[in-house]
Parts: sequence; C-alpha cells; structure tokens
Amino acid sequence: MKQAKYDLVIKGGRVIDPALGFGKETSIFVKDGKIIGVEKESKKTQKEMASLPSESVIDASDKIVTPGLIDMHVHLREPGFEDKETITTGCRAAAAGGFTSVCCMPNTFPTIDNQEVVRFIQSRAEKADARVFVVGAITKRLKGEELAEIGELVKSGAVAISDDGNYVQNPEIMRRAFEYVRMFNIPIISHAEDSYLCADGIMNESYEATRLGIKGRPNVGEVIAVLRDIKLCQFTGSRLHIAHVSTAGAVEAIRQAKREGIRVTAEAAPHHFCLTDDLIGLDFDTNLRVNPPIRAKKDVEAVIEGLVDGTIDCIATDHAPHSEEEKDVEFDMAPPGMIGLETALGLVKTRLIDKGYLSWADAIRKMTINPARILNLPGGTLEKGTDADITIIDPEKKWTVRKEKFRSKSKNSPFIGWKLTGRVEYTIVNGKVVYQA
Amino acid sequence: MKLSSRHLLGLEGMSAEEITLILDTAESFREIIERPIKKVPTLRGVTVLNLFYEPSTRTRISFELAEKRLSADSINFSKSTSSVTKGESLKDTVKNIEALKIDMIVVRHASTGVPYFLTQCTASNIINAGDGRHEHPTQALLDMMTIRRKYGHLNGLRVVLVGDVKHSRVVRSNIWGLKAMGASVALCGPSTLLPYESERFGVDLYSNLDEAIDGADVVNIMRIQLERQQAGLFPSMREYTNLFGVTAERMKLLNKNHTIMHPGPMNRGVEITSEVADGESSVILEQVTNGQAIRMAVLYLLSGKKGEEA
Ligand SMILES: [Zn+2]
Ligand SMILES: [Zn+2]
Repeated sequence: MKQAKYDLVIKGGRVIDPALGFGKETSIFVKDGKIIGVEKESKKTQKEMASLPSESVIDASDKIVTPGLIDMHVHLREPGFEDKETITTGCRAAAAGGFTSVCCMPNTFPTIDNQEVVRFIQSRAEKADARVFVVGAITKRLKGEELAEIGELVKSGAVAISDDGNYVQNPEIMRRAFEYVRMFNIPIISHAEDSYLCADGIMNESYEATRLGIKGRPNVGEVIAVLRDIKLCQFTGSRLHIAHVSTAGAVEAIRQAKREGIRVTAEAAPHHFCLTDDLIGLDFDTNLRVNPPIRAKKDVEAVIEGLVDGTIDCIATDHAPHSEEEKDVEFDMAPPGMIGLETALGLVKTRLIDKGYLSWADAIRKMTINPARILNLPGGTLEKGTDADITIIDPEKKWTVRKEKFRSKSKNSPFIGWKLTGRVEYTIVNGKVVYQA
Repeated sequence: MKLSSRHLLGLEGMSAEEITLILDTAESFREIIERPIKKVPTLRGVTVLNLFYEPSTRTRISFELAEKRLSADSINFSKSTSSVTKGESLKDTVKNIEALKIDMIVVRHASTGVPYFLTQCTASNIINAGDGRHEHPTQALLDMMTIRRKYGHLNGLRVVLVGDVKHSRVVRSNIWGLKAMGASVALCGPSTLLPYESERFGVDLYSNLDEAIDGADVVNIMRIQLERQQAGLFPSMREYTNLFGVTAERMKLLNKNHTIMHPGPMNRGVEITSEVADGESSVILEQVTNGQAIRMAVLYLLSGKKGEEA
C-alpha cells in the first residue's frame, strides 16, 4: 500500500503564530514529526486527505492553533521528591495544559549541578508527554558558595542556570557567574529575593500580614535583589532573566534596564497576576503560600502593566508540586509553591485576554516564541520544517478547575473551583497527540 | 440574644452587641467567683480540650479553672514545642483526641489561623486562646471588661497600647474590640515595632510616649522581649526603657482618673516601673480575675447551654 502523504492534518483552525501572523485560517500538515505545510487546503490536498484514517485529521474550525506552549519555569521534583511529582506525571500535566516543552529547575535531590543528573532527567524524559529542557544550578548544591560546573552542564544540555528558590546573596559569586556564562550564551535566571530581607517571611509584607500577624516578605526584598542583578548584568555585559516577577518595583526596575539596553528579560506567573494577598485571611489556604508571595493589589496591577507593555516577556507557571500531607498543615508550616501547568492557559484567557489586557497574539507570544528565544529552544513557531509541536485551543470553552482532573501528582492549587474560559483541546508533540480533552 | 458564631476565633468583625453580651455574661460569672462556693453545674457533661501547642501557664490555668467552675470535664494537651512537623500532624492529633468525644477545644498555637484550621477538621466548638501574632480574643475581652468596670462604659475613652505592637496578638484583638465599642485607640512603640501599614487599623500611631499618653484614659502596656533586641529591632533594653518605659513621672500626662494595664508577665523596670505596676491606678491583678469570668462567659455562651445560673 502506498504510504500516506501526511501523518496528521489540522484542518481549518485559526492559526496564531507570532512568526507567521495572526488569526489566519489555514491547515497544518504534519509528516514524520515535522510540519511540512501551513496552507489552505487545495483540491489536491483534499483528495489526499480523503484517504487518511479519521484520527489523522483534526477539525480545528473555531479553534485556535498555536505553536506548542513553552513553560520555561517548572519543578518536576525528580530526582529526589517523586512523591510530589515525577518527570512522567509532570509532563502529563504539561500536556494537559497545552505545554509541549518545559524547563525544569535544579532544586532536586541530588541537585542539577552536574551532568549525571542532567542525563538522568533527559533519559527519564525520553518517553514523557512533553519535551524537557534542563536548567542547571549556578552554584554547587544551590548553596551560593561555589560555581557549579556550568560548562559541563551546558555541554550536556542545560539551557540556562539558576539557583531557583535561593537568591545568590554573595554579589562577588554572582558577578563571577555572570562573567562565566558569557562563554555559553545562556542567561542566568534569578529568583530575586534578598535572603536577609525575606528571611522567614511567610506572606507579602502588607496590611494583610499586619492584620493577620504573619511575618512578611517585603516587596523591597525583591526590588533590591532585581536591581543588584541588573547592575551586575550590565557591568559584566551578560544576560539576566528575572523569574516570577511579583512587585511593582521590580517591574519598574526591569523596564528601566531594558530602556538602557541591558540584556534583561523577565517572566510572570499566573498566580502573581490573578491573586491578591487579602485572600489568605479568608481561610488560610496553604495553597496560597508561594515564594515570592502573592502580593497586594498595586503590585498585581503593575505586573499586568508589565505584561501589557512588554516589560515582562514571558508567562511561566513556576509549577511547584507539594503533596497533600505537606500542605494540610498550619499556614506557616506549609512548604511554599503551587502547581500551575494545567490552569495557566485558562487563567491567561480569563484574566488577561477577556479583560482586554492582552490579545491572543500577545499572550501566545509570551508562552511560545519569547521563552524559546530567551533560552535558544527549538519550537515556538509553526514554520514549515520545524518539529510538529502544536497546541489546539478552544478559546470560548467554559470549564471549572477540578481537583480530581489534575494529572499532576500533586493537587496543590488555590484555583480549584474557579470557573475559567479557554481550554486546551489537543496537545501535539513531535506530530503525536499526547493530550486530547 | 446569642453569639452569631459557635466559635470564638477573634474579635475582628465582632459587633458591639456581641461584645456587650459577653461582657454582661461575664459580670454574672464574676459574682459567682466571689462566692464561697465557686462552682456551678452549668457545663456538666461538656468535655473541653485545652490544646496548648505553645506554653502559656497563665492563660491555660485561667481556662482550666473557668472550666472547673462550670463543672465541665477538661483534658489538657500541651506540647512544649510548636513544631509538629517532626511528629504527628496537628490535624491527626486533633482528630485522635476528638475521637474521644469532646465538645469544645481551647487552642493556643504559634501559627496564625490554627483555630480556623480546626473548625475545618473537627466538629467541636473552637475557642482561640492565642494564634501566632494574630488574635487573643479572651485577653482583649478581659481588658475591655476591666475598663468597663471602672468607667461604666468604653465609648469615648482613649486607650493607648504601648510596647511591642508588631508581635502582639493582644494588640490586634484589643484594636478590633475597642473600636467596635466606640473607644479611640492609639499605638505607641519604637517605629521598628509598629507593623507595616498599621495606620490602616484606623488608629493613631506614635513613637513618642509622652505625646501618645497625653490626655489618655487607659494605658495598656505590652511586654517587651529580649529577643527583639537581638533581632535588631531596637538597640538596647536600656534605650527602650528610656524611651518607652512607663514611669510614675510620665503618668502625670494622663487624665486624672486613669488606668494602667498589663497582660503579663511583666518585666519590671523595663516596660513598667514597680511604682506604676503596684500603684493606685493599676488594675493588673483585677485583669487576671476578670479573665476567669470572661472565659467562663465564653465557654458558656459557645456551649449553647441554658444554665440557671447565668
Ligand atoms: Zn523561584
Ligand atoms: Zn521556581
């Protein structure tokens, strides 16, 4: 029998690809894991398609078709904390959230500060539902004392370095790290919270923290950390990416730095533009505990403004799974972090697009091509010849976040019960459907 | 009239009517504890768990005695350390004890929100005996009872809370309660011990004691702890005493018929001089007695029992 000309055809969707244009109604043709055509169906292609088995043709009319989403900031917990998440379950959650690529942070055990761990993760990720790119450590065991073997990490595939969870408090070490990474053309991703100012803080330092009598993490703790790293980045002529921006001061500092031509980029997480700290006092939901903390209204507004004017380049989830046992405790004893892969797109649509802050094109840009460019990742576009990583979205589908539907091993989300608009219908990695709603 | 909740988690949001009900009920219990036989059968058959995750001898004894005087059965659980992460979780502990069939839980814990947390995992009525730096409602109620007994009302009085405002749960409960009852409240302490945006409590803020107490009716003095100096929140105990120590000399700035309060335990010679603590306007021991009456009233009102004695 003659081999079919296509493995998969996505018919008639509204294609939103920052590299190709926006809202164009067209079809996408996939063969051997690659995109071989992005074009309107002709008589000829229609004839060829007629012979395809039904599962090889996806009707995407009224749907949005985008490059596979990229989440440049997740915690997959493996190795070391497989009770919270594994590479397999984390990638399953990614696929359900429309993400075809994720970048995992190095705070595993053992830490991703050597190539053995990078290779271990890569081998585990081979059969997973999403592509996994590794972020290596800046310093050995994330202690902030000695540089990790950054060259080895990059050689084995690390796309950036970060001591995420920890701020490299010693400026001399951070200066050396900035100088050193210039050899590899990768950015340093900074979890910017001054460790003295934020020590032991449980929530945002604000009226809410005052009212509840909970020790605060001041927003100036983030601002100072961001400013220092911007100045070191400028001094060394290196590249800096600020993780999970949460404060007005940090947004302003990054905006200013970009104006001055400093090579700084930034991401924001959905919880930092959807939630305010006054929610904590309602029922002390430990899923609201994150670092950096959920801030007050004026910070949340500034983060949205930063997303709107382009100061913040990317939307990343900081997906941080924790087991139910660990979260079912007193508020200040719960480990910080919430999951985010499966709710991100719905939150972006409901809270940013529907409210008129971002267009679909802007939002998709921040979840595809921008992270791809910052980290030199493949993908982020549907151009002919690229890997067939594709996300199909029903933009108007209303759904409710349900705990039992999460594919992540952990269910620590404060968004459970939220009604959202915009749902992922299909996620396709390398031409294969890895998720279907 | 009844309380609107079957728990006492804090005074934030409590109405003047509810506070008045508690204070009035406490007055009738106050009579009982002045009698030769200080015991009534009101809470017979009710079992109360005193769950103290943080040591507090005073508060615990006050609650225990209140329970005994109402003929409740009480059991005590104390954990000297607030760290439950090393052993059984708080939720499991409480569920285990509750399986023994208890009706009410008096809880003291170093973490904010634990009393609320317990309402979610047990069926018992919860009384907050201090959570983190959040609230300590019975202490504030006894403070209000003490003031009301002296002046006959709270409305229009000016109350100054002096000391470690930032870390005090007593301060927060006092602010909510006093404001609900129509008193005006001022906070005074080193600016490092006045928490972020505390002006939003709707209180006056001072870092000058003389200005704060000028013309005030009540001064409620909060304990200052050495560890705050060690954390760098002020330079030395000596300097603290010079700036914020309440002395007889300074008391002259107050209204003539003024009141000195302290929730204890006191650091004599640090935040308060002995002359003031033992002086005529001090009601510090009166506070302790009223504390028992308040706790009896709260236990009684939350139990939903109709007793003949109150
Ligand atoms: Zn982080
Ligand atoms: Zn992170």
